[in-house]
Amino acid sequence: MDVNDIIRPENMVYAKTPILTDTVMHYCPGCPHGTVHKVIAEVIEEMGIQDKTIGISPVGCAVLAYNYIDIDWEQAAHGRAPALATATKRLNPDKYVFTYQGDGDLASIGTAEVMHACNRGENIVVIFINNAIYGMTGGQMAPTTLLGQKTATTPYGRDAKLNGYPLKITELIAQLEGTCYVTRQSAHNPAAVRKLKKAVRKAFENSMMDKGTSFVEVVSTCNSGWKLSPVQANKWMEENMFPFYQLGDLKDR
Amino acid sequence: MAVKGAIVVDTDKCKGCGVCAANCPTQTIALSKQVNGKGYNFAYMENPDNCTGCTNCATVCPDAVITVYRVKI
Amino acid sequence: MAEKILMKGNEAIAHGAIRCGADGYFGYPITPQSEVMETLMEEKPWETTGMVVLQAESETSSINMVYGGATTGKKVMTSSSSLGISLMAEGLSYLAGAELPCVVVNVMRGGPGLGTIQPGQADYFQAVKGGGHGDYKMIVLAPASAQDMYDFVGLGFDLAFKYRIPAMILSDGVIGQMMEKVELGEMKPRRTAEEIREQCPWALTGKTSDRNRNIITSLALDPNVQERTNIRLQEKYKAIQENEVRYTTYMVEDAEYLFVAYGSMSRICEAAVDQAREAGYKVGLLRPVTLFPYPEKQICDLVPQLKGILTVEMSAGQMVEDVRLAVNGKVPVEFFGRNGGIVPSPDEVYEAFVKLFNK
Repeated sequence: MDVNDIIRPENMVYAKTPILTDTVMHYCPGCPHGTVHKVIAEVIEEMGIQDKTIGISPVGCAVLAYNYIDIDWEQAAHGRAPALATATKRLNPDKYVFTYQGDGDLASIGTAEVMHACNRGENIVVIFINNAIYGMTGGQMAPTTLLGQKTATTPYGRDAKLNGYPLKITELIAQLEGTCYVTRQSAHNPAAVRKLKKAVRKAFENSMMDKGTSFVEVVSTCNSGWKLSPVQANKWMEENMFPFYQLGDLKDR
Repeated sequence: MAVKGAIVVDTDKCKGCGVCAANCPTQTIALSKQVNGKGYNFAYMENPDNCTGCTNCATVCPDAVITVYRVKI
Repeated sequence: MAEKILMKGNEAIAHGAIRCGADGYFGYPITPQSEVMETLMEEKPWETTGMVVLQAESETSSINMVYGGATTGKKVMTSSSSLGISLMAEGLSYLAGAELPCVVVNVMRGGPGLGTIQPGQADYFQAVKGGGHGDYKMIVLAPASAQDMYDFVGLGFDLAFKYRIPAMILSDGVIGQMMEKVELGEMKPRRTAEEIREQCPWALTGKTSDRNRNIITSLALDPNVQERTNIRLQEKYKAIQENEVRYTTYMVEDAEYLFVAYGSMSRICEAAVDQAREAGYKVGLLRPVTLFPYPEKQICDLVPQLKGILTVEMSAGQMVEDVRLAVNGKVPVEFFGRNGGIVPSPDEVYEAFVKLFNK
């Protein structure tokens, strides 16, 4: 059978969702930000909630997320996205409100905002991209950088005495009464992406059920920051990140 | 029932990260020796006969540049 | 007959918010303004008007909640005092950069640092010259009574939405804490979702098929874009300067000397004017009601009849710089102030006038 006989509209089984814009993403080749954006966009399309969703982009590589998902967006000061989301949702309870934050944004400068938003049980979704590094500023240590991991500010590897320990903030978040769903996912292979999509959908659905905050961590790579190829970075993540940041649901009620 | 698939890569937007090729269960995809306008070795069907249209490549593609087609034969 | 109720200036802020149709208040306790949130919590407006009231975990969060609410075209506000406003500096710059309307109340205390809980006016520079980073301004209203506190919430929102700019009510511990009769205006209903869609096409109301997505951001990676934005902001500030100056005067018609004072100090100075007049000196008072836009032209217009100006503030001398800029050396401008939480008496102001102008 000729390829041209297969490539026909009626045979199409997967195409880019129209909720993703046609703008080429500024992310590095292989960066999972794109995959997670796509997953969120697909969930928005499948739930039919484009006109009811407000996204909040952080400071970090994903600051320009508003260029890629075709919904209304607000751009937050560094770490403050959960504070923005709190007010946006409380004033607009009919909207699906989500923050999209990296590890520096959420687990370092924005620790107070995310903890308190989750503790109040805001009916929002928090998407947390944990790649254990500051990508945008050039690969410095993040709160989630692993012990021994080399970054621009831990050139000899993260040393607990000098730099403290990697922060499992998702475990802390799961302890808070205000959260209803806390899960740790990844996006490095097809099965992981499909599971992530289910998690994101559940989180969005929760936000309309007055159950509290849904928190989805995505253990991710930063191949540029890690100085590996995209495929090598995925392997490094499986071998080094997953044993410490174990995948799965931490809380679901 | 057998299936046959094919993919179309938006080669202008592909960044040649290779995540699709690494996740292709049938070794259909490879990175081209040619480069696109941005200098990336874009993905293409090196072995089109192998493709089953499983959508794994498109699912993991960070830039959503792969469209997948499938027919039952 | 309009209702008149005895209340603190801080309580008037709360009632002004509810009655002008505010959608949300986000705050953090700090003396001397905690009665604002306490009153709101006691009034429970969420049961009547639907207004949201929330105690945040910090001033940093409350100003960012204001940002998050303002993006959706809602009338949102916060209040704090001096050091709390310092914590909000980043958020205020973001609000100005993203051109979001909101009302921020600063009930000033004496600083710097933790300072004192007694009243001060030493945040003038911070409010008027931009306490955060970048070339930005806020509309700054200076209330001198509990009634002003009440009225300026609604006025602040009107101006903030007219120009898409944060409006600050720059009050102080005297005005916040003193009790006066306040005439409550009519209840204005909160705007409906349809009204917001119509009046604020920029607001995040949900991307529908009939419009492009709305993005609220202050980011411009391209410096050309940023400069264009800044030029547009400056044009907006110019329009505000031309159209929105507010001030009051007292006994200026034949005045040879002018007191310039705002907020609680304008009331002290009014008493000092009376004292000076009794002693035979032709003294008047100009009270700027808007600190940005500043009534520079209005002060300048009085120069031909003046022999001198005395600026009085509860600071080491901040607004006096704007008075000097306004008159540009054409008439001597002197300063008298107490600070660190000390409120000068009319006697002190009068004596300073006599001494500084060799009477």
